[in-house]
Amino acid sequence: MTDVAVPVTTKKDWTSDQEIRWCPGCGDYSILTAVQMLMPELGARREDTVFISGIGCSSRFPYYMDTYGVHSIHGRAPALATGLAVSRPDLHVWVITGDGDALSIGGNHLLHALRRNVDITILLFNNQIYGLTKGQYSPTSETGKVTKSTPFGSLDHPYNPVSLALGAEASFVARTHDMDRKHMMATFKRAYEHKGASLVEIYQNCNVFNDGAFEAILTKDNRPRMLIPLVHGEPIRFGVEGEKGVVVTADGARIVEVADVGEGALAVHDEARPDPSVAFALSRLADGPTSPTPIGVFRAVERADYGSLVNSQVLRASDQKGPGDLDALLASGATWTVG
Amino acid sequence: MADTASPPRTDVAHTDSPTSGSSTAGASTNPIELDRVVIRFAGDSGDGMQLTGDRFTESSALFGNDLSTLPDFPAEIRAPAGTLAGVSAFQVHISDHDILTPGDHPSVLVAMNPAALRANVKDVAPAGTIIVNSDSFDERALAKAGYAANPLEDGSLKDFTLYEIPMTSITLEAVKPSGTKPRDAERSKNLFALGVISWMYTRPVEATIAWIEAKFAKNDMVKMANVLAFKAGYNFGETAELFESNYIVKPAALDPGRYTNVSGNTALAWGLIAAGQLAKLPIFLGSYPITPASDILHELSKHKNFGVRTVQAEDEIAGVGAALGASYGGALGVTTTSGPGVDLKTETIGLAVNLELPLLIIDIQRGGPSTGLPTKTEQADLLQAMFGRHGEAPVPIVAPQTPGDCFHAAIEAARIAVKYRTPVFLLSDGYLANGAEPWKIPDVDALPDISVPFATEPNHVRGDGGEEFWPYLRDATTLARPWAVPGTPGLEHRIGGLEKADGAGTVSYDPTNHEKMVHLRVAKVAGIARDIPLVEVDDPDGDSELLVLGWGSTYGAIAAGLRRVRLQGHHVAHVHVRHLNPFPANLGDVLVRYPKVLVPEMNLGQLCKLVRAEFLVDAKGLNKMSGQPFRAGEIERAVLDALAGS
Repeated sequence: MTDVAVPVTTKKDWTSDQEIRWCPGCGDYSILTAVQMLMPELGARREDTVFISGIGCSSRFPYYMDTYGVHSIHGRAPALATGLAVSRPDLHVWVITGDGDALSIGGNHLLHALRRNVDITILLFNNQIYGLTKGQYSPTSETGKVTKSTPFGSLDHPYNPVSLALGAEASFVARTHDMDRKHMMATFKRAYEHKGASLVEIYQNCNVFNDGAFEAILTKDNRPRMLIPLVHGEPIRFGVEGEKGVVVTADGARIVEVADVGEGALAVHDEARPDPSVAFALSRLADGPTSPTPIGVFRAVERADYGSLVNSQVLRASDQKGPGDLDALLASGATWTVG
Repeated sequence: MADTASPPRTDVAHTDSPTSGSSTAGASTNPIELDRVVIRFAGDSGDGMQLTGDRFTESSALFGNDLSTLPDFPAEIRAPAGTLAGVSAFQVHISDHDILTPGDHPSVLVAMNPAALRANVKDVAPAGTIIVNSDSFDERALAKAGYAANPLEDGSLKDFTLYEIPMTSITLEAVKPSGTKPRDAERSKNLFALGVISWMYTRPVEATIAWIEAKFAKNDMVKMANVLAFKAGYNFGETAELFESNYIVKPAALDPGRYTNVSGNTALAWGLIAAGQLAKLPIFLGSYPITPASDILHELSKHKNFGVRTVQAEDEIAGVGAALGASYGGALGVTTTSGPGVDLKTETIGLAVNLELPLLIIDIQRGGPSTGLPTKTEQADLLQAMFGRHGEAPVPIVAPQTPGDCFHAAIEAARIAVKYRTPVFLLSDGYLANGAEPWKIPDVDALPDISVPFATEPNHVRGDGGEEFWPYLRDATTLARPWAVPGTPGLEHRIGGLEKADGAGTVSYDPTNHEKMVHLRVAKVAGIARDIPLVEVDDPDGDSELLVLGWGSTYGAIAAGLRRVRLQGHHVAHVHVRHLNPFPANLGDVLVRYPKVLVPEMNLGQLCKLVRAEFLVDAKGLNKMSGQPFRAGEIERAVLDALAGS
């Protein structure tokens, strides 16, 4: 590939001529901008880039990218993306989805795409609400959520998407948020470069139906004490002065005062750890975005991706049996001749 | 065969045979010639009856007979042994001439236990032959089958030729040299039965022995036991002074050519592989296991050297979703399923209608609704294929007529899908899927080229003179939109389930545009009528009053039934439609020529409803919903009744 020139593009090249129809102030805008700005940096080709989405506000995303794209049906984007990624390993396939799309109606497909390690990059816009249908609670809404469909408060226990993905042994799991373009771009880049299924949960504000859902952790003032940055190879610590940290024991992960335990007791983040249990423990530090919450890459391990496995089987079959011969196939059973 | 152990002496009883006169041993030197015979093997679902029937079929095919088969097995993997619910049967019709059905009534029933006898005796032809494993007729087994008295002793079978053979004990004795334990040895009794019938109908034995040796090559003991059991059965027929004669059904005078014996599902899988080659597209199968379609997934999975990719998806929805995603990328996306799976795939099929991408939906119909009768046949998904989506969402439908025809129907469905960029339903059914027939292997070079080009260039000039790509700018003749696959520089575009602007393909909520797009999608599918063959009318005399209109797997029963009616001097016409949406262009004209139209279907009148609505003809239905295919005799009677009712 070294003799192939890296295409030089700008954000404008990745921007379609379609008018954007998200509500003014929606967090989706900053995510779109981050992706459009990242593409030139990745040296990606527009013709080799496909965005596949399901249904929901975020799933309008492909219309705004000047690439190939499919706005499919509710929850099924990972299914379409699996077929495309397996049959066209030369493409880079992104899946754009939301908390309702990926975790409710499409939960099964998400789990299996992660389990199989299909080579797709999944951006999961989590706003903890159904926006397109105008404000019902979602599978990531906090218990007790009062919405149009839950006037007395929701009863369901919410999913933590990162925990879910780690439980499915996803090979790449990360979290970022719509208030920090730099962090988003860095995280998306890692997800893009990962071979296999990568899932990025993006905390995204729905300013119309669930405004301020992430305020407790994402206002500029709150971030230092409420976001726990995960940096590979570094001790996990946070706080205005870095005074807090995370220790991991057999009982799980817990937040400590560094002064109490000493820096040496802090967990050193290892995103490449083969066993997902420590990453899972980290994902359980916060029940929801109201207490200190880890962001960054939880897990990035190498595992053969599904499309490569499928295609190597196809190649191996050709090597062993020779290319398909239709005449021979039709006569592969017992045959006899008449006349 | 003389080198094998001769069967032990047994107290074989040969009761109440109307033809029992002088028994002659070793009658095989001068077998009686028959033009056809229908044999049904029946036993417990664990008795290996499907295997036995399959093998008898294969040896008959190699012998050169025409044949047709009807496997009939329970939905349970292993229903309680000895019960009626657990009976598994395999019927095969072999003949020295061209035949069309597995036969209405078996002339020979092989019953391995009382339940198999009880479940099948009502179907046996008058004065037919019944061969039972008399060892299995003990009190307990009789009770399990619901017999108050032993039918072998109470005279209830006096109208049949009954042969009682202690198959279990002879088998146990015969396989002793293999060293098999009695419990395992007993399992070879199906091959003993196969041996008896192979002698009775003068089947060649070497090929079957070779087949047993290959099939059980991994276990010498089992291999030896099965060969011994088969030989013992054959020798038993020859030496046991039980049968007065054996029979021969001579090879049929089929069209010259090379033949193989093929089931509908195998033919369908091969047709898909051929379609991929003819379309110059890789086949991508997204599928979830379901009876009776799984064998297509199995078969395609074997042939990856044809570039076939198979994904066993997490569910039916993912199966069709992955297939559609692959089609978007320039593969020929296929999904295989049965009715319950079609239910789940419906939303994605609607998306494919809107995306206007090729997609094959193979529906092997089974008894419904819901889980229904998974292993039985039915044709009741026609209206689902026609209308089972929200909105106006037309999908072309192709239906194969015989097991071998599944090959050609798959190619035809693929041709339509890629040429018109549309999902296409292929409606097979359980009867075609599992039934087998000799199939003349087609000349691969004579198969049609069904390839279409991908779009490579922009197709529209903007107001400012710049070029761009419009994904919904249609071909003037076919109304198909261009198929531009990712990876093609300059043709980047977005498509989706939302309504699209005619031509440009951008999202459009404009009412006039939506109405136009609805009509365009309908017109595109309707226009396929110009590109499919006209229906052929089988009306030898040209003056028939009655037309029998069928579709799909009823072809054989209708054609065979009409043969009988015509032999009686009646003039009757037959049309069998292969394309159910759109209908062939001349179908309406043909239908209105006949004062009477009879539509036999394994549903409650779905095609009948369509032709009545479409052509205002007073078609009458002949409907069967038993999970079993029509018998020729049923068609014959209904046609005679319809003729008499004038």
